[in-house]
Amino acid sequence: MGKDKIYNRRDFLESGMRLSLALAVGAVGGMAIGKATTEDWVWQIDPFACTQCGRCADECVLSPSAVKCVHAFDLCGYCDLCGGYLIPGANEISTGAENQLCPTSAIQRKYIEDPYFEYIINEELCIGCAKCVKGCASFGNGSLHLQIKHSLCKNCNECSIARLCPSDAIKRVPASSPYLVKGGFVEPAGS
Amino acid sequence: MKKRVRAILAFLLSIAEGAGYAQQRFPRPEFESGYVQPAPELPAPRWLPLEYLDILVLVVVLLLASRFIFRKRSRKAILWLSVFSLGYFGFYRLGCICAIGSIQNVALALFHPEYAIPLTALAFFVIPLAFTLFHGRTFCAVACPLGAMQDLLVARPVKLSPGVSKALGFIPYLYLGMAVLFAATGTEFIICRYDPYVGIFRLDAGFIMVLLGIGFLLLGLFVARPYCRFLCPYGVILGWMSRFSKRHLSITPAECIDCRLCAKSCPFDAIEPPAPAQPLESRESNVRRLLVYAGLLPILVVAGGYLGSRAHVLLSNAHPDVRLAELLATHPEVKDDPDNLDVQAFLSSGKTTEELAEAARAKRNEFYRGAMILGAFMGLVAGMMLINQVIFRRREDYEPNKSNCFSCGRCMDYCPVGKEPWTA
Repeated sequence: MGKDKIYNRRDFLESGMRLSLALAVGAVGGMAIGKATTEDWVWQIDPFACTQCGRCADECVLSPSAVKCVHAFDLCGYCDLCGGYLIPGANEISTGAENQLCPTSAIQRKYIEDPYFEYIINEELCIGCAKCVKGCASFGNGSLHLQIKHSLCKNCNECSIARLCPSDAIKRVPASSPYLVKGGFVEPAGS
Repeated sequence: MKKRVRAILAFLLSIAEGAGYAQQRFPRPEFESGYVQPAPELPAPRWLPLEYLDILVLVVVLLLASRFIFRKRSRKAILWLSVFSLGYFGFYRLGCICAIGSIQNVALALFHPEYAIPLTALAFFVIPLAFTLFHGRTFCAVACPLGAMQDLLVARPVKLSPGVSKALGFIPYLYLGMAVLFAATGTEFIICRYDPYVGIFRLDAGFIMVLLGIGFLLLGLFVARPYCRFLCPYGVILGWMSRFSKRHLSITPAECIDCRLCAKSCPFDAIEPPAPAQPLESRESNVRRLLVYAGLLPILVVAGGYLGSRAHVLLSNAHPDVRLAELLATHPEVKDDPDNLDVQAFLSSGKTTEELAEAARAKRNEFYRGAMILGAFMGLVAGMMLINQVIFRRREDYEPNKSNCFSCGRCMDYCPVGKEPWTA
């Protein structure tokens, strides 16, 4: 009967196949482990490659996007006439909503001392549209720039923004240095 | 006022120097009011040991599954374990990391020298395969959040005819092949992009994916585990492993009494009835068919390879470089379209059209080889499916089909053997 432990041809073939499958998995795993890192990887935007196209606001799997504007205060000129805060040709330099470039009023303008103003991003409101980034890069020091906030990012296997980023500015970075903030992070030589 | 003049002067100077360094257009002021500069808020990503905890959870869940399936033989325990996995890997980990998607990480790592695969992704690829090789597809039953979600929503499963099941069973192979091709060429991760359930875990997705997710959930009420059976690319590899697994869930704890209850309990049509001692047709005609199919196999492989190589242009258009080069070659007027972000970003990157065309050509060559292998693989799959039609296996009892069975344990619950009321 079937209960008898007779090592027949079928058993032999099955264990042969099992062994070859185990070897195959081992080979694939072994080849891959040669390239494995104990480090984890997260997605981040290279601010020097970013072209402020605005896709970060739309293409993230989250709504609103996990991409937020970050202010690299080291580089800020604290200008009164801020290209990142005011729309070009603003009626006056004021906090009036009609003068603001940001569609969600996420930038807070605070007087410090004559003639300097501090600009702080309200992350709750920021949608990562990069309008201010473009303004700051065009008329100012470029201290406003986009970063992926890891408190929000789901760290998708493939970032859906990276797939569509026209300048390939979103890349995997080691989780131990997860931000590329201007000032601390300098443009790689030769690019 | 003096400061403003100084700022403007510095600005003019910086232009005059021709430094052209955009960051230094306006120098940082020296504050007199004791202003303290705030630091940007940069919250850290998930703590690395927690990633390793995920691996530990996976191993523990799989070990428990083997225990529940072979020792306790309890459908209830399996069900609760799968609910835990749905909660942990699904709603807590939001469907990432997952073994299905890890196929692409492995493919990318093998073909792209610059990509370093995280150890967690590799572990999620290898560990379920290793377990399946020993104990069958227990991963599908308890650890996979997609499987768990579908399993909970099986309401009124309909029996599909074997022909339909076999034909639809071809899709996962194609999906697997395409996923590996696209990942290996660095094009995209289609498994993750078109995962219908991840939007449910996150309660957030695009319109199309929401429709697809709801569609799959509704379909799953009647066609049990539609994704697992007719799409899941990881299920293909698990099926290979499971077919030759050392042990596998057994429906009955003792002697089968051929009551057919288990076959009715299985919503996945994975239980095969006893087969007669002899094939229906004569042995000679069976052998003749086997020989014909075996002869057909190389023809199918070659034909598949040819068809694949013919499709490489179409497939390669999924790669952004190829698509952009194609667009620029056929519609040069897009260069003047300020709304075409890809073209504008390319033009401002300083690369020449020739460089792009060269990159696109190299990519297309990769696709030529890849698509040919994909086609040949599909030919092989079709040939093996034909051969499987004539390979005759004698079964005395109702037995689970080892490659299709998810080890969900419903049949164990339904088997009356050893549960007679007078023995209790």
